Amino acid sequence: MEQLLQHLVNGLVLGGTYALLGIGLTLIFGLMSVVNFAHGEFYTLGAYAAFAALALAGLPFFLALLAAIAVGALLGALTERALLRPLRGHSIDTIMLVMIGVWIAMQNAELLAWGGVARSIPHPFPTAPFTLGPLNIAPLRLFVVVTAAALIALAWLLIQKTRLGTAMRATFQDRDTAALMGVSIGRIHTITFAFGSALAAAAGALLGPVFLAYPSMGDLASLKAFSVVILGGLGNLAGATLGGLLLGIAEELGAGYVSSGYRDAVGFVAIILVLLFRPAGLFARAERIG
Amino acid sequence: MIARVLAALGAVAAVTAPLWVANPYHLHVLIMAGIFTILALSLNLLLGYTGQLSLGHAAFFGIGAYTSALLTMPPLEWSFWVALPAAALAAGLAGWAIGRLALKLRGAYFVLVTISFAGVISLVSVNWMELTNGPLGIPGVPAPSVGPWTLRTKTAYWYLVLAMAVLAYLVCRRLVYSRLGRALVALRENEPLAESVGIDGTHYLVLAAVVSAAMAGVGGSLYAHYTRFVSPEVFLFSYTVTMVIMVIAGGQGTLAGPVVGALLFTALPEALREAMAWQWQLLAYGVVLIVCVFFLPRGIVPTVTGAARPAWTEGGLFKTRRGSGSRE
Repeated sequence: MEQLLQHLVNGLVLGGTYALLGIGLTLIFGLMSVVNFAHGEFYTLGAYAAFAALALAGLPFFLALLAAIAVGALLGALTERALLRPLRGHSIDTIMLVMIGVWIAMQNAELLAWGGVARSIPHPFPTAPFTLGPLNIAPLRLFVVVTAAALIALAWLLIQKTRLGTAMRATFQDRDTAALMGVSIGRIHTITFAFGSALAAAAGALLGPVFLAYPSMGDLASLKAFSVVILGGLGNLAGATLGGLLLGIAEELGAGYVSSGYRDAVGFVAIILVLLFRPAGLFARAERIG
Repeated sequence: MIARVLAALGAVAAVTAPLWVANPYHLHVLIMAGIFTILALSLNLLLGYTGQLSLGHAAFFGIGAYTSALLTMPPLEWSFWVALPAAALAAGLAGWAIGRLALKLRGAYFVLVTISFAGVISLVSVNWMELTNGPLGIPGVPAPSVGPWTLRTKTAYWYLVLAMAVLAYLVCRRLVYSRLGRALVALRENEPLAESVGIDGTHYLVLAAVVSAAMAGVGGSLYAHYTRFVSPEVFLFSYTVTMVIMVIAGGQGTLAGPVVGALLFTALPEALREAMAWQWQLLAYGVVLIVCVFFLPRGIVPTVTGAARPAWTEGGLFKTRRGSGSRE
């Protein structure tokens, strides 16, 4: 029982970052019809940006997180303007190929820049865990899950409560009508891609210090983000949040009770099963943002 | 006419290669090019002729490699000539299972299921120690033998790979010009229309997946008995990426495209090996893919030969979206 509770807590920490990754991807997928195979590379980018800010520039942890988010947003906006905007109106598969190209190029650029060695990202939190009855949680992990929750809430507020969010939801529902109502679709696309990439970078900067930073870390992150999106249903923010938590907990339980070697198989199996039996996602009634 | 002359010259060059390729390392590159030709032809059957991108193709390659290695090693010690078709069969079965399951889906969903399948298989190869020896891999895979002779030399192995590559090409050619090939192209161009005239989409797509996977399995078997070593590295994503680049850059949906792509993208990295590190090569692969989509969407072969099919507007992966507001 205590072990189960501990697994659940660890699962929540992991799940919070998976939810961040998933929300970014589901926005991009849902709003722009872009199958973003480079999503995990923005996660890697975030982790390395945090590493550079903390270990090389000596910035405080919180500023490093902000720097990672800024770098993610900037490169996301650049990618959208340079590669995605010229291809708007092309088939989803053509754009997917381009994103696969971006994925390969970005990953190997990271490899060239940082080398193949895994790097541990320094963080200022004490390593002694908080103890709460039978539960132990490291201060860093607590910070990760709280920050992730705050970022998810922020994303939700942005989309539900602001003018920009209203324009994004309108674009998602009907691009042409939204354009007729004066929404600049190009601008919304750039912002959406930058926003999604920033969330992925935030996830990388948060989870990087918990594990390690290495160039191919984005591969699994991409696949986990896709599992989350598929679990939650396309363009479904609440679904992505729940899907992320679910995947995190399922992985922890799988690693704890089945075999730690197959931890990453949980996400793969989830993709296969959900796509085959409930392709609209676990929680879907209708496809919509929010 | 020019194409025929080129093909004939290529054939002569291939058959006489061991005579004029003095450096054994260059012969090694040729052997790898032959194996990759088989892999690229195999991926092209799916990607080029059905328009469905498999990003898990390394799984079929790996399944072939492991099957063939395990069957020829103790305790079984089967002959290579039995293990090779067995590798094709095992990979083909996996292709059938994935095809049955995933080809209900199209486009991005199909891609995701194939990636996930490759991910699971790769994890199994790392974790099932009793069968695969885990991450350490299986050393000492025997070289094939014909009667009393063992194909240990590079020259002998080159002829084996060449023969299998030619066979793979002929199989593809036979398929593409058959009822099956026409059905696949019809499905790729317009699936609802094809189904309305009685073409069973899923049936033909599964068939293509089985043949494609079996061919990748043959490639895996040839690779295992050439390097004499199998490890979970055969499932590396970079193998899949290399195959995709070869097909897209060479010319998807053509027979010569994957062959040209395979030769080019095995020879080019080797030629540039001195000049640039391998990370640069993979980085360049990503850039090549992007550049191809933007500037050479049909690939090298159709662009050079000026083949009639306007791939950018109609073909497989390059369909234009119907209405800008439409959503699946």
